Amino acid sequence: MSSPARPRMTGIGRVLVIVYAIMALAATGRSFVQIVQRFDEAPLAYTLSAVSALVYILATLALIFSGSRGWYRVAWIAILFELVGVLVIGTLSFVMPELFAHPTVWSWFGSGYLFVPLVLPFFGLWWLITHRPAESPTATDAASAVVAP
Amino acid sequence: MILWFTYVEVAVAAAAGILCIVAGLAGRPPGDVTVGSLALLELLLLAQIVIAIIAPFVGNPPTGSLLEFWVYLVSAALLPIAGVAWALLERSRWSTVIMGVAALAVAVMVWRMHAIWTIQVA
Repeated sequence: MSSPARPRMTGIGRVLVIVYAIMALAATGRSFVQIVQRFDEAPLAYTLSAVSALVYILATLALIFSGSRGWYRVAWIAILFELVGVLVIGTLSFVMPELFAHPTVWSWFGSGYLFVPLVLPFFGLWWLITHRPAESPTATDAASAVVAP
Repeated sequence: MILWFTYVEVAVAAAAGILCIVAGLAGRPPGDVTVGSLALLELLLLAQIVIAIIAPFVGNPPTGSLLEFWVYLVSAALLPIAGVAWALLERSRWSTVIMGVAALAVAVMVWRMHAIWTIQVA
């Protein structure tokens, strides 16, 4: 990545954003159907399904605008939330199947989505670490932004 | 849904996805072939929408949730359009990869749609 750091998303970052956008779409659509049709079967799992969908939407937006410092921080929080979510819910879907063994984005570590939900947060964090916001008020941050590949 | 048409859709979506990702990683910006492969996929999905409207009336009813099916179908039909539109905003190699990712997502969604229509387990 030799292009100068700009607030606009370019290059491979766009691929990351489109994958997040597809996950947001998939999670939103599915949680909508689940809540409309069989919310009483597993209220906890399906509520989490909706929460995960919202966080995917938030993460998508935050990645698009991650050139600004505020959104950059939001992106970190949203992606960390996803990572924790997929690990915790993935584990619980094995340990407490009666509560969590329902098809959500995070159940069984995202196996229903080809494990994309498990892999995606790591790519997201990698991208954030290597693409700090370019315009930063402090000199240290500016230096690290220049050093970052 | 019609089984052979599902196979055609999944095959075209997977082929278009692999083609675009390989072409993109090889450094090609979106071109006639890659955009054309997504256009072909979109045509198939539009045909699928027509099929899904007609099928229940001609003795091919869905066994699963029709609402869930349509959420998938509408999302899938929007993906190639969104992928191409966004890719053309920036004509770089990564735009081609984006179209490929969208096509692979369609492949998974069409397969899932077929499962909802025929063998509902959830």
